[in-house]
Amino acid sequence: MAEQPYTIVIGLEVHVQLLTESKLFCGCSTKFGAPPNTQTCPICIGMPGVLPVMNRRAVELAVKTGLALNCEIARFSKWDRKNYYYPDLPKGFQISQYDLPICRGGYLDVPSPNREGMRRIRIIRVHLEEDAGKSMHDEKAGRADSRIDLNRAGTPLLEIVTQPDIRSPAEAKAFLTELKLLLNYLEVSDCNMQEGSLRVDANINLHIPTEDGQYVATPIVEVKNMNSFRAVERALTYEAQRQYEAFLETGHRLGDVPKQTRGWDEDAQLTRPQRSKEESSDYRYFPEPDLVPVTVTDAELEALRQQLGELPADIRRRLQETYHLNDYDSDVIVNQGRAFVDYFCQLADTCGDGKMAANWAQQDVLRTLNERDWTITQFPISAAELARLLCRVKSGELDTAKARMVFGHMVDHQATVDEAIQSLGIVQVDETELRQLCAELLASNPKVVAEVKSGKDKAIGSLVGQAKKRNPHVNPARVKEICLELIRQETT
Amino acid sequence: MSLSELTASQLLQQLREGRIKAVEVVAHSLRQIDQYDPTVGAFLRVNRDHAFAQAEEIDRRRSRGEKLGKLAGLPVAVKDNICTQGEPTTCASRMLKRFVPPYDATVIARLKAADAIIVGKTNLDEFAMGGSTETSALGRTCNPWDVTRIPGGSSGGAAACVAARMVPLSVGSDTGGSIRQPAALCGVTGLKPTYGRVSRFGLVAFASSLDQIGPLAQTAEDCALLLEVLAGHDPKDATSIPQPVPPFSETVRQPLEGLRVGWVREHLGEGVSPSVLAAIQEAIKVFQSLGAKVEEVELPHARYAVATYYIIACSEASSNLARYDGVHYGYRTDEKAMLAELAEERRVLQQQGKSEALEDLDTALVRMYRKTRAEGFGAEVKRRIMLGTYALSAGYYDAYYLKALKVRRLIRQDYDKAFQKVHVIVGPVTPTPAFALGEKINDPLAMYLFDLFTVGTNLAGLPAISIPCGFSEDGMPIGLHLQAPPLEEETLLRAAHMFQQVTDWHRRRPPLLDRQAVAT
Repeated sequence: MAEQPYTIVIGLEVHVQLLTESKLFCGCSTKFGAPPNTQTCPICIGMPGVLPVMNRRAVELAVKTGLALNCEIARFSKWDRKNYYYPDLPKGFQISQYDLPICRGGYLDVPSPNREGMRRIRIIRVHLEEDAGKSMHDEKAGRADSRIDLNRAGTPLLEIVTQPDIRSPAEAKAFLTELKLLLNYLEVSDCNMQEGSLRVDANINLHIPTEDGQYVATPIVEVKNMNSFRAVERALTYEAQRQYEAFLETGHRLGDVPKQTRGWDEDAQLTRPQRSKEESSDYRYFPEPDLVPVTVTDAELEALRQQLGELPADIRRRLQETYHLNDYDSDVIVNQGRAFVDYFCQLADTCGDGKMAANWAQQDVLRTLNERDWTITQFPISAAELARLLCRVKSGELDTAKARMVFGHMVDHQATVDEAIQSLGIVQVDETELRQLCAELLASNPKVVAEVKSGKDKAIGSLVGQAKKRNPHVNPARVKEICLELIRQETT
Repeated sequence: MSLSELTASQLLQQLREGRIKAVEVVAHSLRQIDQYDPTVGAFLRVNRDHAFAQAEEIDRRRSRGEKLGKLAGLPVAVKDNICTQGEPTTCASRMLKRFVPPYDATVIARLKAADAIIVGKTNLDEFAMGGSTETSALGRTCNPWDVTRIPGGSSGGAAACVAARMVPLSVGSDTGGSIRQPAALCGVTGLKPTYGRVSRFGLVAFASSLDQIGPLAQTAEDCALLLEVLAGHDPKDATSIPQPVPPFSETVRQPLEGLRVGWVREHLGEGVSPSVLAAIQEAIKVFQSLGAKVEEVELPHARYAVATYYIIACSEASSNLARYDGVHYGYRTDEKAMLAELAEERRVLQQQGKSEALEDLDTALVRMYRKTRAEGFGAEVKRRIMLGTYALSAGYYDAYYLKALKVRRLIRQDYDKAFQKVHVIVGPVTPTPAFALGEKINDPLAMYLFDLFTVGTNLAGLPAISIPCGFSEDGMPIGLHLQAPPLEEETLLRAAHMFQQVTDWHRRRPPLLDRQAVAT
């Protein structure tokens, strides 16, 4: 990609739904996908006279997130009301946190998209709030019909706001990928963009260098309505180019025009201005009088710190150091989640070969999981049993092709390695017998031997074919090895 | 002795001893309502059949020797901003005229568990915003002592129905004096508990940090009886206090030894009518005669209480009432008419070529909000929503809301200091007795200033009681205000009971009762 004549400056606002059983201020379920308005009660639909009662679990998840993002955790935070009118906001206000968020400061180290080390993206704040309901608009010309589903209303959300530290659309995507992985590991959120459990808005502008060595900043635009990580990357790429062209055309700088909000149009692959009228709203924040402040004690903080477990960045490092995996392999394994990492580590430890374990885990195990839509916990072969199979391959008892057959049989029949070998009729060829066979072949194929001696190792291939004809159970790789070995012995 | 001359405590004793039946008590209550409520207008709804059925059931259970609740067989009236499951709860507003909550307020659940008989819902100022019950959109309530005067408010119906002896017990709510002020003006006893003592779950919010539910009755003893049932920690209300409830109904009769009573110079000065002043001074003497030591205390920030109160209360109200938007429940404007109106406006603007105005034209949703709220709320509610919206707006927040919060803290500190010297602070509840219906309805400022002695209590979250302490020359009741430190309801009730043991202001009946009784 050609060098752009500008620097891109991006800050993200990420909303994630917390994996609590119940909503933030009432006992309703937060499960996704129920029929509309079946997971509601007088509290989350804002009926007169009802009161919110805080779900402590949500605070715990927020604190865990803050700790993992290296934030300062507020020992005392409070709730505020954000007032605005919208049909899917049944109380006419959202309970949120304004001036005393639960977490402040912090950072997330993100693998840079071009694999040039890590990029540190600073976090401004992390706060808790309740989600609104969902409006479904059916806007046929002139006859707008809107329906409202309040199942989501009151679901706990965490809002994570970054500093404008992100320098490219790819880096924005990398940040989101790493954040999602972290929140998955923490079991804070499943971060599913399709189900709306992760939503992203981005603030973006450009710094365009000027001749005097300074730069000009373009007006900041908030981009909304991006429905996948890929959409984020594309929308921001589009928007950066659009801002550059707009700057060349109008010369508008930051401060010349009011902040604009633009929506990403996935079909058209471009951003469009959203109505700026709604932007000037004054939310009239004030402390929520129905709730008491949130306090977090030293003991609670320590207990939550203990619950964090090993986080993705640390696991990646450990896999690289302990099992000598490269960036790619360690990424693939860590991205599968904690249970998969545990499986891999047990496999690698037992078979004693990290690289081999990584290959099998990524290719065979992962492919099977994907094909059958399983999680690693549903996978029928234990790490110890798979390690046994890998040992056979290492020792030469089985070639990779046969091992794959054995593996497939083990998966399909929940069999052990031995059971699978037996059922498949794989007969182990005795080493002495094999050497005998090889010697015979060499004796009857002097031409091949001569070719090998002249440096054409490949010529052995024809002997492998003959060996297989005489005994279908032989390991071709082994035949090759023994033949070469015997020829070499002959020459010395 | 007529049943209407018995207090709740006396009725309860007779019920327990089997000398009267719950059905008789309820029948009497309903007769009183039939007879006097057409004049007084205390009730918005009466649950005649249900009340009878419940009374019969209680009598049956009593005859079988079953254990009954603390208020078994006693009729209780409930202010219509407290949610009753399956029964309309209107807040005396057009907005909620047809609203039926699918849940009981916690106090209603407690009343039901205590076998109280909820005979009906009483009138109030719309959403409890007002001091005369005149802002009710659903009916007019008069003062039983003089039907040309206000009963006070916002719990006007709650006080009037006790004054007219329609029910022995009544539940009200007090945000800035809404229990104590009508109690004073109607000559009954009314208590506003410590903030958090009684659950607010199911009380339709006016100002969340100030609202508190409390009892009204003829005597302090009866208030103790009712408060004991209403009070207590509720996990559904995060602001409710996790403290055990003292047995108020038992301790109320114990006299206080060494009571120290404080008074505030400003409360007995300018603006207080001579009859009120005389009654309060007389009441202080009564406490002295009972052995209390009386001394002056200072509440230097009390003069800012009304301003502070109206900023905080209106700010919270502006947010609390945002939910009445016509979307999910309650009143909604006539949509067809609204859409036709909008279409017509659009047509005219198009014709005139006013493209800018056309762009600014409301969307259907915004117009629905506007019209629903314009039509659903009365003038006083709208006034307060506007005041509160203004006070919370960007650029004004610090000067109004934030400053009010700071003054609120100073007011609380004044009380803390004063209560280091005295057990209770006494004074008038209102500057004058009840004024005429219509007198101040078009003068909101005068109406607000009428609250100056009661709002400080709410800002500080304290308990306070109003008890009858005299009459004006023209025969209108006057109330004595006693305020105490947080959670000292017991002190208030015992002090009030001591007072009521040696006075009979609380036994006086509105002349209306005897006149009409003779007439029938």
